[in-house]
Amino acid sequence: MTTLLTPTREGLYCPAGGFYIDPVRPVDRALITHGHSDHARAGHRAVLATRDTLAIMALRYGENFCESAQAVAYGESVNVNSVEATFHPAGHVLGSAQICVWDGKRRIVVSGDYKRAEDPTCAPFEPIRCDVFISEATFGLPVFRHPDARREVGKLLASLALFPERAHLVGAYSLGKAQRMIALIRQAGYDRPIWIHGALEKITEYYQQAGIELGDIRKVTAQDRPNLAGEIILCPPSSIQDVWSRKFPDPVAAFASGWMRVRARARQRGVELPLIVSDHADWDDLRATIRETQCEELWVTHGEADALAHWAATIGLKAMPLHLVGYGDEEEASEAAA
Amino acid sequence: MNRFAELLDRVAFEHSRNGKLRLLADYFRTAGDPERGWALAAITGALTFRHAKPGLIRALIAERTDPVLFGMSYDYVGDLSETVALLWPAPEGGMGHNAPPPPSLADVVHTLDATPKAGLPRALAELLDQLDETGRWALLKLITGGLRVGASARLAKTALASLGDLDPNAIEEIWPGLTPPYLDLFAWAEGRADRPQTSDPAPFHSPMLAHAVEEADLSTLSPADFIAEWKWDGIRVQAVVGRAPDGQRVGRLYSRTGEDISSAFPDVMEIICSDGFGEAAIDGELLVVREGRVEPFGALQQRLNRKKVDAKLVAQHPAHVRAYDLLAANGEDLRTLPFVERRKRLAAFLARGEPARFDLSPTVPFESWEDIAAFRRDPSLAGAQDAAPAIEGLMLKRADSIYVPGRPKGLWWKWKRDPFTVDAVLMYAQRGHGKRSSFYSDYTFGVWRPGPHGEELTPVGKAYFGFTDAELRQLDKWVREHTTNRFGPVREVEANRTTGLVLEIAFEGVQRSTRHKSGVAMRFPRVARIRWDKPAREADRLESLEALVGERKQA
Repeated sequence: MTTLLTPTREGLYCPAGGFYIDPVRPVDRALITHGHSDHARAGHRAVLATRDTLAIMALRYGENFCESAQAVAYGESVNVNSVEATFHPAGHVLGSAQICVWDGKRRIVVSGDYKRAEDPTCAPFEPIRCDVFISEATFGLPVFRHPDARREVGKLLASLALFPERAHLVGAYSLGKAQRMIALIRQAGYDRPIWIHGALEKITEYYQQAGIELGDIRKVTAQDRPNLAGEIILCPPSSIQDVWSRKFPDPVAAFASGWMRVRARARQRGVELPLIVSDHADWDDLRATIRETQCEELWVTHGEADALAHWAATIGLKAMPLHLVGYGDEEEASEAAA
Repeated sequence: MNRFAELLDRVAFEHSRNGKLRLLADYFRTAGDPERGWALAAITGALTFRHAKPGLIRALIAERTDPVLFGMSYDYVGDLSETVALLWPAPEGGMGHNAPPPPSLADVVHTLDATPKAGLPRALAELLDQLDETGRWALLKLITGGLRVGASARLAKTALASLGDLDPNAIEEIWPGLTPPYLDLFAWAEGRADRPQTSDPAPFHSPMLAHAVEEADLSTLSPADFIAEWKWDGIRVQAVVGRAPDGQRVGRLYSRTGEDISSAFPDVMEIICSDGFGEAAIDGELLVVREGRVEPFGALQQRLNRKKVDAKLVAQHPAHVRAYDLLAANGEDLRTLPFVERRKRLAAFLARGEPARFDLSPTVPFESWEDIAAFRRDPSLAGAQDAAPAIEGLMLKRADSIYVPGRPKGLWWKWKRDPFTVDAVLMYAQRGHGKRSSFYSDYTFGVWRPGPHGEELTPVGKAYFGFTDAELRQLDKWVREHTTNRFGPVREVEANRTTGLVLEIAFEGVQRSTRHKSGVAMRFPRVARIRWDKPAREADRLESLEALVGERKQA
């Protein structure tokens, strides 16, 4: 096993570079893969991340979320002490990156969260050849095979046509999923205004400023709620069970998440219209990606690590589940796993 | 098949009855023949696949997946059909460019029907290869008999009726004579053809129902026009016997909605199918009667909703039909006769054959509405004696009423007895579904009993209706403000000697129960009043419920 990176309580640590990647506690120097709150936490001294990730952290934690922030472009290499770190698109949310670390001998890619499915709101994932690939496994079970997101959006629009007198509330995490849903709905030719909960406003505006075309977006006010029959309203998933949802006309509770693949999960949440749209790689894409990296060793950070490691061993890889604590705690603690 | 599967998947998640109806009606309108007819058959349970067992499905998936990954997946999903549907690998090399369209539900039915048992694994695997995930899930649910999608047969028929302007009961009446894929039925519903001629020798007759009455309503009615009977606390049934063209006797027992429940009551079927019974359609109440005594509803409940019954259960809870109307006899439709005449014929019919397990529901003689009010309070005044626990109230039927399907105005009335009530303390509240998903609307309540550290609350039931929308908002607010603990969608609320919300719960009876920690289970509990005024420590104690086991209220 290499000592270029090593799992610690704080997260993955690079002793030679003196930095952590996505640390879950405050540290001196952090490299951040993306802006979801379980990966990007406040309180580090120095932070290295993409410009979009830094901007998202500032939106969430305030401008002073760290002492010193340094922006890195995709493909750009930064030397941290004796180690070279390069950021590559991960296709997860706007600004999300895989971080490739190289000490001149070994190349390790930390994927962060990633997906391979098409997403009009962020740069597509780039497979990087490496010795060790450190993957997530949020949906690392063979039952998770996400359908084409366009089909799921079709379900939403069909329901809207059948129930024009009902408001359609779509639960979606505020960073990434909500904006991707809007973009997908637009791609399907829907051109009416799309309404959003106030909690989605800042990030959605940031996406628009970044040049992502989302059409006519309106924030829902208290007075609007009774009048939104037949409209699409995006909101944080927890808002659907919240007092907030009451004033809408006979709302249909939809939820856009990879977890909706398993019916019991959707039922537990009281979802009426499960939309299987995920910002994580599914089982087939996890396996294809691992193969493309041509890695010899696979480490799995979080999610269904045992199943993915079991599969990797069957194709002759050295595989190791890390069971890092603090990632993928869904929206209770954060909102990464969607 | 994929389209039908999508419908099932959507209906299963829809909470509102109206929403389910719309989804079903939309499907029936657009799916086309014969696909929609097979879909109707699947939902109403008219399709059975004898040879497809879970073992066969396990064997198929074992050939295709890593056992460790299958085990982890099954653990995670918790449902075999769904796990297999999700795991099923895409066929080698895909289905190819010129792949045939995926199989329709009709294709699936024909394939499985025409395949001998030995060929089934291969045929099933081929179908699974051609379907998408939702299609595979629906197929596996369908063939293993696990198609519980929250759409009853009745709901599907109601949706079908809505295509035209039909009464769902009109469909029920001809249903037993119809066969999938029901082309004639759809043609009728869409106004393209006449009502299908069915030659069912033992058809269901749409029942006549009564309106609820209050004491004040009675003053406008003349007692002399009415015949009174007890309202029995069982389930409404129709026992119908006819003769098929080949001379074979056909007997069926129907529920109030026309569901064929014959298989659950072999004891009744044995009587009506015997030669001595005659051909007739009898409207009556199904009860459990042991040694001449009617048992409380709980005893009948043991026999309901079972596809098959064992001899022991039948012996322990013998079924009985208390007859109150005769709709047809020896091929003659009697529904246009006045009630008093039908009753005479019913009495004569039962006197002639004296069939076991059948008797005539007695009339209750009375002079005035005051008499009726007194009998309602205490049935023993009118000679009900030890049958009183099985009496739910009184029925008042106009002597001259013809038998009108549905709920016609002014002919039949029901006057129910007052429910029991208990003052209980709110302990837990759970979020509702659909429109109520943002409200804590399902309430678990308890009563006091002695515990190791003094009086403690023991949960005795759950109620989720009986209150107005305004009261629901007040209850929801109270729950949110008095939460002490959360478990997913459930909140535990303050409930102790000093603080707690008392709910007056109305209910129809109490049974011993081994499933409930308190040892008792209430029938049909609902919130009668919110006792904002009553201190929690003054709520009722468990003894008061225990004393009511098997009792009917004597007001």
